[in-house]
Amino acid sequence: MRFVDEYRDAEQAEALAAKIADLCEPGRHYKFMEVCGGHTHTIYKHGLEDYLPDNITLVHGPGCPVCVIPMGRVDDAIHIAQQPDVIMTSFGDMMRVPGGTKSFIDSNADGTTIKMVYSPLDALKLAKQRPDQQVVFMAIGFETTTPSTAMTVLRAAEEGVDNFSVFCNHVTIIPAIKAILDSPDLRLDGFLGPGHVSTVIGCRPYEFIARDYHKPLVVAGFEPLDILQSIYMLLRQLNEGRCEVENQYGRVVPWEGNQVALRAISDTMELRPYFEWRGLGFISHSALRMREDYARFDAERAFDLPGVRVADPKACQCGEVLKGVLKPWECKVFGTACTPETPIGTCMVSSEGACAAYYNYGRFERDRVKEATRA
Amino acid sequence: MCLGIPGEVVEVREDRSDLAKVDVSGVRRVINIGLLEGEEAVGPGDWILIHVGFALSKIDEREAQAALDFLKGIGQDYEDELDALRQSHIE
Repeated sequence: MRFVDEYRDAEQAEALAAKIADLCEPGRHYKFMEVCGGHTHTIYKHGLEDYLPDNITLVHGPGCPVCVIPMGRVDDAIHIAQQPDVIMTSFGDMMRVPGGTKSFIDSNADGTTIKMVYSPLDALKLAKQRPDQQVVFMAIGFETTTPSTAMTVLRAAEEGVDNFSVFCNHVTIIPAIKAILDSPDLRLDGFLGPGHVSTVIGCRPYEFIARDYHKPLVVAGFEPLDILQSIYMLLRQLNEGRCEVENQYGRVVPWEGNQVALRAISDTMELRPYFEWRGLGFISHSALRMREDYARFDAERAFDLPGVRVADPKACQCGEVLKGVLKPWECKVFGTACTPETPIGTCMVSSEGACAAYYNYGRFERDRVKEATRA
Repeated sequence: MCLGIPGEVVEVREDRSDLAKVDVSGVRRVINIGLLEGEEAVGPGDWILIHVGFALSKIDEREAQAALDFLKGIGQDYEDELDALRQSHIE
């Protein structure tokens, strides 16, 4: 594992931590948000907060696509699955997400057929194998999964498959960041930009954050040293009075993104006027739906959806966690009524949810990992 | 689902240049490489970062190893992802 050590070397981590500490102005408190759930995971797993001075707080953002799906959309998907001759499909991560009354797994126990697929292309293949059934793919995710749905729809159109449709729940990251910047609850000093989403959208879409909100953003990789390096880059910008978009993850993320992917998305989908995000509420122009030209692949047009808005359970504070206002362990039900085995809120369902990540690599674990690294 | 998983290209299909057989931690499946059209051609031995059946970017071996190690550290979720991939039969 020679390659990996390079990104994990404890001495390098200590050296970066010392450089970070040097850059911090005494008496000033810094709050940086990591937008992506993958980053949250690395931070907890490697106990990165322990490497940082006390006056730097990492705030966990809304970048877990499973976590932001409102319960009403799960109910809508179950409603579609209850129609005659329908096979509903989705990613495995969705199977345990609680809806207003039940999850997909519970719904299947009551007689629906909701199948887990690895790729939307597998759902398309299923449609071709079962011409007597309507196969619907519940599409979720940020720009990392949206191109896959778009390419699959293009393929279905090319092959003339007429029993395949998409229940589109794709969301876009930029409006969520903007909503957080506009929220009065939270004062942030900068952002760690999402790694894989940026492979698709590139770095330009973040420029408004620097220009209009005067906050720096550094697109970051997923290794512990990537994250420490990115925090260092944020602090250096602040120290030098700069607010720019920088790319720490240039070895994977091209500045201009993936043009083929962006074209496939814009050919098949368009922005919705507004969409509800769990915890963040309604955000305008924050999600995608199928374009008129691809209406025949749009499950929302083919099926009459209840579209009922379901409020989160009172005890659940996923909203505050997703906005970064509360730390996972500050939620009233964290680790007691809400655990990965019996999740109440979505942040505990997906491994990229802040609560599940913290639950799995809790305080004790973090100290242990840190000592092991230093040994 | 949101995880990018690295795979090594084994062969690109002769009849369909947008499909390639890829090895992901010993699991060999067909992956769509149509999104890499704009980049230099992908061939056997190249590493790609895969999201839900589609290659989103070409990466070097060093990055692939780092990504793989990150995923193995995640544990069960990577196992689940590989299980899902085993069920996948993209064509």
